[in-house]
Amino acid sequence: MTSETLTLSTAVAGLRTRAFSSVELTQSVLKAIDEKDGQINAFLTVDAEGALKQAAAADAARAAGADGDLLGIPIAIKDIINVEGQPCTCASKMLEGYVSPYDATVTARLRKAGAVFAGRTNMDEFAMGSSTENSAFKPTCNPHDLSRIPGGSSGGSAAAVAAGTALAALGTDTGGSIRQPASFCGCVGLKPSYGRVSRYGVTAYASSLDQVGPMTKTVEDAAILLQALAGADPLDGTTARIEVPDYRAALAGGLKGVRIGLPKEYFIEGTDPEVMTHIRQAIDSCAKAGAEIVEVSLPHTEYAIAVYYIIATAEASANLARFDGVRYGHRTVSPESVFDLYAKSRAEGFGTEVKRRIILGTYVLSSGYYDAYYGRAQKVRTLIRQDFAKAFTQCDVLMTPVAPTVAYKRGEATNDPLKMYLGDIFTVPANLGGLCGLSVPCGMTHDRLPVGLQILGPAFGETMLLRVGAAYERLKV
Amino acid sequence: MNYLTTIGLETHVQLKTATKMFCGCSLKFGEEPNTNVCPVCLGYPGALPVANREAIKLTVLSGLMLGCTINKHSTFDRKNYFYPDMAKDYQISQNTHPLCLGGGVTIQTPNGPKRIRINHIHLEEDAAKINHYGQFSGVDYNRGGTPLMEIVSEPDLSSPDEAMAYLQALKQILVYAGVSDCNLEEGNMRSDVNISIRPEGQEKLGTKVEIKNMNTFKGIFAAATYEIARQTYCVTHGQALVQETRRWDPDANETQSMRSKENAHDYRYFPEPDLVPVALSDEQIDAWRKELPELPSARRVRMMEEYGIPEYDAGVLADARANADFFEATAKLCGKALYKMVSNWFMVEVMRLLSETGKTIGECALTPESLAELIQLADGRVINGPTAKELLPELFEKGGMPKALVEARGLGQVSDTSALEAFVQQAIASNPKSVEDYKAGKKAAAGYFVGQVMKLSKGKADPKLVGELVARALEQ
Repeated sequence: MTSETLTLSTAVAGLRTRAFSSVELTQSVLKAIDEKDGQINAFLTVDAEGALKQAAAADAARAAGADGDLLGIPIAIKDIINVEGQPCTCASKMLEGYVSPYDATVTARLRKAGAVFAGRTNMDEFAMGSSTENSAFKPTCNPHDLSRIPGGSSGGSAAAVAAGTALAALGTDTGGSIRQPASFCGCVGLKPSYGRVSRYGVTAYASSLDQVGPMTKTVEDAAILLQALAGADPLDGTTARIEVPDYRAALAGGLKGVRIGLPKEYFIEGTDPEVMTHIRQAIDSCAKAGAEIVEVSLPHTEYAIAVYYIIATAEASANLARFDGVRYGHRTVSPESVFDLYAKSRAEGFGTEVKRRIILGTYVLSSGYYDAYYGRAQKVRTLIRQDFAKAFTQCDVLMTPVAPTVAYKRGEATNDPLKMYLGDIFTVPANLGGLCGLSVPCGMTHDRLPVGLQILGPAFGETMLLRVGAAYERLKV
Repeated sequence: MNYLTTIGLETHVQLKTATKMFCGCSLKFGEEPNTNVCPVCLGYPGALPVANREAIKLTVLSGLMLGCTINKHSTFDRKNYFYPDMAKDYQISQNTHPLCLGGGVTIQTPNGPKRIRINHIHLEEDAAKINHYGQFSGVDYNRGGTPLMEIVSEPDLSSPDEAMAYLQALKQILVYAGVSDCNLEEGNMRSDVNISIRPEGQEKLGTKVEIKNMNTFKGIFAAATYEIARQTYCVTHGQALVQETRRWDPDANETQSMRSKENAHDYRYFPEPDLVPVALSDEQIDAWRKELPELPSARRVRMMEEYGIPEYDAGVLADARANADFFEATAKLCGKALYKMVSNWFMVEVMRLLSETGKTIGECALTPESLAELIQLADGRVINGPTAKELLPELFEKGGMPKALVEARGLGQVSDTSALEAFVQQAIASNPKSVEDYKAGKKAAAGYFVGQVMKLSKGKADPKLVGELVARALEQ
């Protein structure tokens, strides 16, 4: 058995038939990390001892008659999600050496389901970035081409799944941080609707946009993982009190009669022609399988990036204030005053991109500028939501590219933040609208780089999203 | 030139909830530092707030007591500032849509009743407590996250006396409503005082000075009095007043500048994205309204009518809700015929014990049941008055029921004529001098014999009956 060729669902099948144990499966994952991660750098920490202990416990539970879709399954976790007793650096020097005193709700749910926490994946510092080059510790490489970035901010999770060093992983998505790296690495990434999955214990970047979601090899695996993560949480008042459907039951639905909307604002000049070719082919094959294609319009799309970088940075400026050197995390040596303690600890602990966004966010909220920036951005956000609401009266899902490009070379965009921000153009609106979005691989370029198809659904429309994604996945085979 | 004073108060009141505003940590006072803490109130990465429903209810109850309009859709905001007493480096407060709007309090002034308007009441979390130890400081996050209700008055107060009357009235209402203990020693009620002066005849208010974080009424009075004098001195001596924040130094007995308007914080308020808006239905507000207690002034009038007690007594009883509740419960147990007796017992005997011991009625062991039984025993002449008064302190300290004590100790009043006759004869026989005095016209000597008989009966004789027997024996 080698874990690298297994999916989450084939792995659990193997555990059920006793083809292998969780300990053997975990050992195989650890061995793959050992062999490959030196080059890819998807992981920040690997807890072999803890993982094997959890695996042994899962085997014992299974031997005693317990079962479950995640019992004994190793899962990689983005280093922004708290796991009690493990580091949670958010790829920042600010939290180097910090050990989490508590489990995030998603962690607690996976723990209860018997999952094994094999390692913590690399990311852009505090989830700010689209290439994982903003990690304070090391950049992660794209397994398809080591000179290229894996996308971000959940680049470590995407690279691990693509490289076979994780069966599945958790990522977080604030403006595309699950979908874009999934697209660049050729795996499946699902950003659930805002309020579908608890944010409790997930270090906040932008509270009104953040969501945790699965990054997997197949759509079915995403459904399995989402099933375990989703649902109302008394510790997160923004989770929705909406029943969680049976996601796997939706997978067989097929494309017949499904109305697929193509927002004309997403099919424009500037997108890599090779990317566009693959997206068109994917849409054509869905049409041939019985889907109805309709053109729709999302007229406020052009403002999405501006709105996103105002709202996200404003929220971030407050969310990241707590990293002040007083209670935990990096503290400067011998500060001269309380102000000096804050200023130096933060200057030393945060990286450039994080500082840039804190300053931006502080500026847009400051006295005299609030109405012009934050206040106006919230109004435009409402217009963007209304665009989507109207579009979803004409179609069941939207299909678009995930990103205008494929994975680019390391260093190519780091000196031009604006260029990197514009790469989020197709993913950011879903976060602003609270929608759910899925990234599914839809082919490779001549350079053997993956292209991702984005499927967007209305809030709490994950069932349809997974149905369409799974149907498309079957067409490709 | 005469100067007019304008005062507005922002009063922070700690709500009587079991747990903190946004997490489940206990609010027990006086615990070891940093023991009532969790990832939420310590601002750990990823921790999220969840609003305390009880705190929202108590704020709404306060609003209803104070005649406010309840905002059916209120929201929380983040108030950003860096200081170690705020774990997240922002405070969750309510800026644009507070829970309660309007309302007011009526105070008594030498010129008659005056209405002090309330601008709004909002809900927020308290900061942690910072302790300074010479070269370093420590932060105790036990207090961090305590639910605080801030009552913001309009600038309707025109003297330190009116400010006192307003705060006393506010305190009485809030304690009455059970929303706060308003315990000043524990910092349950703290005020920021906004104060300005202007020449008589001028419409526009003068330059405002804010005195921060005052936690005693005495201090507020002293600080306001000082500030009026200081501002008057400045204005009359050609010194410009600046809009600023000052602090009160009780040792120096003066206010000192903290920061001017130019250095005021930019709090960068914005809606708290971690908390959904508080939506209150009419049904919910009405249900809470039904839980409201009567206001003291209304209760005074009702108690006068219902129990036929004097205005003074009713006023004293209604002043503290627990006393009034205790009195009414006791009166109901005793029945209408004894209302006046219950009022006398409470006003004289029970109040004396309360003031001697410094306890509140809730802290002593006396219950309406035991007091009612005691009064009924005295009224039915099962025990005499002095015995009843002797029993009360014991019931107050240790509890128990008086009937059982009377029976166990044989304290029942002796009303058996033949037994008392013997004592009377014994007293007359051993005091011939007093008998002569009586016969010589000193009728007061009868009292002496009554006292002797009481003594012989070990205090248990029915004094009224003894008086009759003594009179009859002496006349013979």
